[in-house]
Amino acid sequence: MNINGVALSVFIFFFLLVTVLGFVAARWRRADLRHLNEWGLGGRSFGTVITWFLLGGDLYTAYTFVAVPALVFGTGAPGMFALPYTIIVYPLVFLIMPRLWSVAHRHQYVTPSDFVRGRYGSPGLALAVALTGILATMPYIALQLVGIQVVLQAMGISGSGVARDLPLFLAFAILAVYTYQSGLRAPALIAFVKDALIYITVLVAIFYIPHKLGGWSHIFGAAQATLPHRAKPASLILTPKQYVSYSTLALGSALALFMYPHSITGVLSARDRNVVRRNAAILPAYSFLLGLIALLGYMAIAAGVKTSNANQAVPLLFNLTFPSWFRGFAFAAVAIGALVPAAIMSIAAANLFTRNVYREFFRPDATPAEEAGVARLVSLVVKLGALAFILLVKQDFAIQFQLLGGVWVLQTFPAIVLGLYTRWFHRWALLCGWAVGMASGTWMAATQHFKQSTVPFNLFGIKFTAYAALAAFVLNLLVAMVLTPLFNAMRAPSGSDETTPPDYEVEAAPPIRVGTGEPSL
Amino acid sequence: MATAVNQPPSPPPPPPRARRAGSSWWYLLLLVPFVGTLWPPFYAKATPRLGGFPFFYWYQFLMVLVGVAVTVVVYLATTRRRAGR
Repeated sequence: MNINGVALSVFIFFFLLVTVLGFVAARWRRADLRHLNEWGLGGRSFGTVITWFLLGGDLYTAYTFVAVPALVFGTGAPGMFALPYTIIVYPLVFLIMPRLWSVAHRHQYVTPSDFVRGRYGSPGLALAVALTGILATMPYIALQLVGIQVVLQAMGISGSGVARDLPLFLAFAILAVYTYQSGLRAPALIAFVKDALIYITVLVAIFYIPHKLGGWSHIFGAAQATLPHRAKPASLILTPKQYVSYSTLALGSALALFMYPHSITGVLSARDRNVVRRNAAILPAYSFLLGLIALLGYMAIAAGVKTSNANQAVPLLFNLTFPSWFRGFAFAAVAIGALVPAAIMSIAAANLFTRNVYREFFRPDATPAEEAGVARLVSLVVKLGALAFILLVKQDFAIQFQLLGGVWVLQTFPAIVLGLYTRWFHRWALLCGWAVGMASGTWMAATQHFKQSTVPFNLFGIKFTAYAALAAFVLNLLVAMVLTPLFNAMRAPSGSDETTPPDYEVEAAPPIRVGTGEPSL
Repeated sequence: MATAVNQPPSPPPPPPRARRAGSSWWYLLLLVPFVGTLWPPFYAKATPRLGGFPFFYWYQFLMVLVGVAVTVVVYLATTRRRAGR
């Protein structure tokens, strides 16, 4: 393989830049990082702008940038479900997340499971939510590595055995060290660079490439001519058979997105409730961007990209159309796009483990310093795990596992979101619903050999294909609704609720006292 | 700046609730993006085209803008009370 020196130099420049930022972040908005509130939530101090970059950098991952256009490249119209998905997610965030922010701020909850624990007085239900979150996050981190691998490959960095994996290993080792050092401040600071690079790359791509390829009409025309000849015939416009899977994928993914621990970590690090509400209104800028990124798949078709690995479609498109220095820029955008979410995901998983497993079941009187120490170590372990996963297990397995993760994480919705509005549900009923949702969702995915998350249904003679996560979620809800009156009738203990209705409406941060005494979480 | 958040053993008395009568009707507007996107038969069409984009594509980009507009309106309408802060 031939390595382009210019592209690689630009790439390495940006990588070094964010590495420096990652370490500098420890001094940014300086505070005592030996406290989980500071290490794991950035001191809950981020304003509207930082939160916008952080959440944008967090939700739109490198894998998204690679996989969404790859899906459009391979399957045409169904790949566009990313648009309705990210359109409807923000009204949901606008309604739901301010309530979670308020109650979490008032009771100093660090994780969604902390809330479930406080609301239902149920460490068991909280553990179920925590483990689901960790399980769903792990493959997601692994997929960020796939994103890096794809661009390294496109830059011609190959080899065999250890030499091939060395750059990936180095990148992740550096990431692990500065995340350990700086906590959530590192991805928050790096997100500025990441999002700037991504916006520039996409804006240039969206004006420059169509110009070079002969305009949008030509691009859509080429896609229309090529898609029907795919191994599995595809089309430019959604067909009636795809309607239900398209909208259930959009709805199910939207409901699930903010159940992921890393999304909630981003929300809880906001300074006040209005920062969260305001961000729900301005985050769709990224949806627009994602839609444009999806269309890169068609540009790749029009540019004549031919590959058996759809994930390579966009990097190959860049290789064909961009001058080498800008290629380095674009690839750096994707690789750094992997680092930000990977850091936040590992922090979120570490917070969950520390608060809802370690502290809950092993060290109830752990000090905040001890919590921060454990969380830092766990963030390292989680990243090593993801790395081992990618290097030792087949990549396809990580992708299948991540699809399953989406199915699983939606099953925590009733306990978390319904709990924000009502205490009507019995905690045991919610736990049963969760178990049924997890089992049925996994089973549905298994019938498809875990290769896709949409499954065929035949309800009263009506045949359709729908997103397994949403179907399992409906079962989950039904079980929780049916069993709640049953458990109440049996006089099963319903647990104590440490929250009160006004907690969910708290507007602004209470006065913050500067580092005195023993802060408790 | 050090910003360690200290939490007294029992939460301080809650601040007064900020909800205003009538304001919740604005939230119904948030249904618009759902109605506009979750029924694909409505927009899974090639025509009319716009700037080379088939309807299916430009309509969904338009819905992004509609979603933003709706959320901003609801945000402003439900936040106005504190604008003088």
